[in-house]
Amino acid sequence: MFITRKAEFSASHMCRNAEWSDEENRKVYGAAANPHGHGHNYVVEVTVEGQPDPVTGMVRDLKEIKDVLDREIIEPFDHRFLNREVAPFDKTIPTAENIAVEIWNRLDSKLTNGSSRLHAVRLHETSDFSVEVRR
Amino acid sequence: MILVSRRYKFSASHRLQSFLFSEQENREVFGKCNNPFGHGHNYEIEVSVRGEIDPGSGRVVDLARLDNLVTSTIVERYDHRYLNEELPEFKTEIPTTENLGRQIEKRLAEAWPSSFPGARPALARIRIFETERNMIEVDH
Repeated sequence: MFITRKAEFSASHMCRNAEWSDEENRKVYGAAANPHGHGHNYVVEVTVEGQPDPVTGMVRDLKEIKDVLDREIIEPFDHRFLNREVAPFDKTIPTAENIAVEIWNRLDSKLTNGSSRLHAVRLHETSDFSVEVRR
Repeated sequence: MILVSRRYKFSASHRLQSFLFSEQENREVFGKCNNPFGHGHNYEIEVSVRGEIDPGSGRVVDLARLDNLVTSTIVERYDHRYLNEELPEFKTEIPTTENLGRQIEKRLAEAWPSSFPGARPALARIRIFETERNMIEVDH
């Protein structure tokens, strides 16, 4: 069984590879390469896999998932310029793909234990574009 | 495993009618979707792509290239059309969301190598939303 919790954060980013020319960056990333950055309301969905506990009837306490999400993702990411303020995005380009992988890496050990484990992280950058990382 | 999904929209009309059924049976099976002059939807399709994150760009797929492929192959084909009358594939097939999803998957798969010649990024899945409440998923 899968349970999913959703959370939101708003952040700015820009997609630029420092080793490329302005023209190459513009060709690959379009407007996302603008050097001052731009923002999104990101929506992150976290899915945990497991069986309901026979006593509580819950796969995982949703409050616990919420607390982990708040502490590990929302607090460090919300209202930040990712490239400048959140490691590793000073070195790794904060594409939605790389942000989703970073979210997975931050959550995996916190949401995987004994009876349940992290199954998927979905990051929606806009309503038309999303990335999913799965085990 | 990483999956990148992008959504596109088109508006089209259709009528659900089987030549194997009588008029009465068509009405029973398809209800108001069988109304004789057809009706329309704002369709949304979600195209999911599987691949590896390119170490240079940090991306799984070139979105501009994906947009061009889906727009030229699917959106321009179906947008503002009466599917039953204007598309040869629906002369014989009923344009249910299921059949439309299968057509979209087939057409994208055929056109895929012209935009993405390697093994990655690969077409992974199509979702088609007929309304906000009806969704069909076709794995590739």
